[in-house]
Amino acid sequence: MSNESNIERHTIAVLVDNEAGVLARVIGLFSGRGYNIESLTVAEVDQAEHTSRITVVTVGTPMVIEQIKAQLARLVPVHKVVDLTVDTKAVEREMALIKVSGSGDKRVEALRLSDAFRARVIDTTHNSFVFEVTGAPDKIDAFIGLMRPLGLVDVSRTGVVAIARGPEAM
Amino acid sequence: MAAQELTGAEIVIKALVDQGVDTIFGYPGGAVLPIYDALFQQNKIRHVLVRHEQGAVHAAEGYARSTGKPGVVLVTSGPGATNAVTGLTDALMDSIPLVCLTGQVATHLIGNDAFQECDTVGITRPCTKHNWLVNSAKELTRVMHEAFYVATNGRPGPVVIDIPKNVQFEKAEYVGPQNVVHKTYRPKVKGDVEAIKAAVDLIATAKKPIFYTGGGIINSGPFASQLLREFVKLTGFPITSTLMGLGAFPASDKQWLGMLGMHGTYEANNAMHDCDVMINIGARFDDRVTGRIDAFAPNSKKIHIDIDASSINKIIHADIGIVGDAGHVLEDMIRIWKSKAVKIDKSALADWWKQIDHWRDRRSLDYKKSDEIIKPQYAIERLYQLTKDRETYITTEVGQHQMWAAQHYHFEKPNRWLTSGGLGTMGYGLPAAIGVQIAHPDALVIDIAGEASIQMCIQEISTAMQFMAPVKIFILNNEYMGMVRQWQELLHGGRYSHSYSESLPDFVKLAEAFGAVGIRAKTPGELDDKIKQMIDTPGPVVFDCVVDKFENCYPMIPSGAAHNEMILGDDPEAAMVTEEGKMLV
Ligand SMILES: Cc1cc2nc3c(=O)[nH]c(=O)nc-3n(C[C@H](O)[C@H](O)[C@H](O)COP(=O)(O)OP(=O)(O)OC[C@H]3O[C@@H](n4cnc5c(N)ncnc54)[C@H](O)[C@@H]3O)c2cc1C
Ligand SMILES: Cc1ncc(C[n+]2csc(CCOP(=O)(O)OP(=O)(O)O)c2C)c(N)n1
Ligand SMILES: [Mg+2]
Repeated sequence: MSNESNIERHTIAVLVDNEAGVLARVIGLFSGRGYNIESLTVAEVDQAEHTSRITVVTVGTPMVIEQIKAQLARLVPVHKVVDLTVDTKAVEREMALIKVSGSGDKRVEALRLSDAFRARVIDTTHNSFVFEVTGAPDKIDAFIGLMRPLGLVDVSRTGVVAIARGPEAM
Repeated sequence: MAAQELTGAEIVIKALVDQGVDTIFGYPGGAVLPIYDALFQQNKIRHVLVRHEQGAVHAAEGYARSTGKPGVVLVTSGPGATNAVTGLTDALMDSIPLVCLTGQVATHLIGNDAFQECDTVGITRPCTKHNWLVNSAKELTRVMHEAFYVATNGRPGPVVIDIPKNVQFEKAEYVGPQNVVHKTYRPKVKGDVEAIKAAVDLIATAKKPIFYTGGGIINSGPFASQLLREFVKLTGFPITSTLMGLGAFPASDKQWLGMLGMHGTYEANNAMHDCDVMINIGARFDDRVTGRIDAFAPNSKKIHIDIDASSINKIIHADIGIVGDAGHVLEDMIRIWKSKAVKIDKSALADWWKQIDHWRDRRSLDYKKSDEIIKPQYAIERLYQLTKDRETYITTEVGQHQMWAAQHYHFEKPNRWLTSGGLGTMGYGLPAAIGVQIAHPDALVIDIAGEASIQMCIQEISTAMQFMAPVKIFILNNEYMGMVRQWQELLHGGRYSHSYSESLPDFVKLAEAFGAVGIRAKTPGELDDKIKQMIDTPGPVVFDCVVDKFENCYPMIPSGAAHNEMILGDDPEAAMVTEEGKMLV
C-alpha cells in the first residue's frame, strides 16, 4: 500500500537502556526490515541511569514511519520513542568538520564564506583549513556545496541531534 | 549473614526450578559441560536428550504450545547454537515462548576465533525476541529471570541466553525471581476503553460482520478462547480463523466457517471479501490470508485487536486498532456489549447467513472419492473419525499434508493443533510431537507428515524411543514434495524440477531399525484397521500411508489473487496466475 509520492522525512528520538548490543538491535531493525537511515547518532545521556539517546533520521510513507516507531518501541531495551517531527516542534542541529586545502584566492574566499556561516577555524596550515560548522543539516549541505570548488578534501559529520522545544522532557 | 554463593551452573538450575521448569530439551558439548554436571546432580528437572539441536527447539515449541508454559532448550556453543537457529526463527514467527541457553567460550577467548566459538548473540539477534551475553555470574540470576519474563509477557517469543564457560564456574549470589524487575519492558495488556467502546458501536451497526481470529487467542490462553466463544454466541456472527488459531473456536459449531486464506474454505474467504465489519482478534494479516492487498475485504471497516502495536497498520489499515491482550480486551468488550444492551440488525444478519449458506453449498473441501487408492483427504478424515474422541494432539510437517490436516481434521479445543505457520519449517512436526508427548504422557500425539518433510528430523525417532514418547508419525506418502509439485504445475508449466521424492527409504523397515513399529496402508479398505492398530500400539509408530500421488490441495487462492478468485478442486482449469503473482511466494 506504499504510495511513493507521500514520502516523509522524520526525526525520531529513542531512549534506550545502554546495554551491550542495543545499537546493533536498532540498526539491525532498520536493515532487516528495509527501512532507510539518513543519519543516526548515539551517546550515553545519563550515566547513573545507563541510558543512551539515539537520534535517527529516516524517510518513508506515513504507514512505514508508524511501523518504524512501533518496531522501535517493541525492542526490549527501549524506554521511549518520540517522533520529533510530529509530536513537537523540535530543534535539530548537526556539526561538521570540513577540511579545505588550497592557496591564493580560493583560500581567501573559503575563509570569507566560513565567516558568513559562522564556521570556526580549528586547524590551519599554510595551505589548509579545518572548519567547524554547526547548524541544521541543510545549512551544512550548503556550506559543503560552497567549499567544493574551493578545495574541499574531507568531510566528517556527526549526524543530526534533536530535542523538543519547551520545558518538557521527552 | 551473607547469602550462599552458587556457581553459575548451579544458578542456572536453581533459576529454572524457581521458574517452574520441569523439563528441558538439549544436547551437550564442551561449552555447557558445567551445566550438564549440575543437571546430573539434581532431580527436579528432566532433561530430554534430542538427536539434533533443531529437534530440541521444535520439541520445546511443542511442549510450550501444548501447555502454555515456556519451553526450555540447552545447547552448546558454535554448532550447537547454529543448529538451533531454524527452531528459534520458527518460534519467533509463530510467537512461541522459549528460553534457549547456549554455551559460549570463556570470556577471555571471545573474539579470538576460539574452538567452537561463534557470535551467538549476533547470529540470533534477528531471530529472537531478545538475547543476552552474560559476562559474569553476578548478572546471571537477573538475566535468567528476565529471560522468562520477556519470553512469556507481551507477544511471546524465543530468547537466548549465551553463557560463557568461565561464567558457569564462577560463583555469585543467587536471587529469587520475585526480586527481579525488568527495567524497560512493560507490555500493554489492557486495551483502551474508549477504543473498545467505539469498536462495540461499530460492531452494532454491522450487516455483514465476520470474526477473523488467529494465534493471538491461543497465545492469550484458554480463558481467551472461552471469552471468544461467549462473544461469538452473543453476537450470532460467523467466525473464521487462521491456520494458527484453529481450536480457539469449536469446529463443530454452526457459526464456524472453517479456516480462511490460501487454502481456506470458499465460505470463509468469500465472507471475508464481502464483509462490512471485520473483527480481527490476534491475527496478523499474513499474506497467506490477505491475498491481493488492494482487493482485501474492500468494503469493510476493520477492528484489529493485537498485543503488539507493530502488528496494527503494518499491512492493512485498521479503522479501530486496540493494543492489548485478547483475553483482557474480550472481557471488556463483552462487558460493554452487555451494558449497552446492543441491538444488532437481525434481519440483515439473517440475509448474511443466507448468503454464507449459499457459499457453503459449494462444498469446497469435497474431493473425488476412490475405492482403489487412498485419497489423502480421506486418510485425514478417517484419522479424525478414529481419534477425535480421545485426548488427541496433532502436529504437522509442511506441505499439502499440513493443509489437508488443517482442512479435514477438526479441532474443538485450543492448544491441540501445532504447526509451523510463519516459517513453514519442514522437520517441525516430529520433534514438536515429542515435546507434546513429554508434556502429556497419556495423550495420543500424532504427527501428520509428508514423506519428504519427515526426513528432515527423522533422527528424533531415536529420542522418542529413548524417552518412551509413543508418538505416531502418520506419513501421507505421495512420493512427491507435493506442495512444490502443485506450484510447479500452476506456475511453471508442469516441469517438476527436483520435486520427486527419489530413493525413499522403506519407512516400515526404518521404523524397525529404530526399534519402533512400522505400519503400511495401501488401500482404502485396510485403512481403518491399520489406523486402529496404530492407535493401539503402545510405542512410537511410523505409519506409511500410501496415497494418491497426484492429488492437489484445493481450494486455493493463487498468489496475487483476491479472496473471491479462488480455484476450486472441481474446477482447477480456472487457475489464473498473473505475472505479478508469479513473483510472490
Ligand atoms: C504451506 C503453508 C500454507 C499456509 N496457508 C495458510 C492458509 O491458507 N491460511 C492461513 O490462515 N494460514 C496459512 N498459513 C500460515 C501463515 O503463513 C501464517 O502463519 C498464519 O496465517 C498466521 O496466523 P495468525 O495471523 O493467526 O498470526 P500468528 O503468527 O499466530 O500471530 C499472532 C498474532 O497475535 C498477536 N498476539 C500474540 N499474543 C497475543 C495476545 N495475548 N493477545 C492478542 N494478540 C496477541 C501477535 O502479536 C500476532 O500479531 C500457511 C502456512 C504454510 C506453511
Ligand atoms: C526446511 C524447508 N525447506 C524447504 C521448504 C519448501 N517446501 C515447502 S512444502 C515442500 C514439500 C514437502 O513435501 P512433503 O513433506 O512430502 O509434503 P507434501 O506436500 O507432499 O504433503 C517443500 C520442499 C520448506 N517449507 N521447509
Ligand atoms: Mg509428499
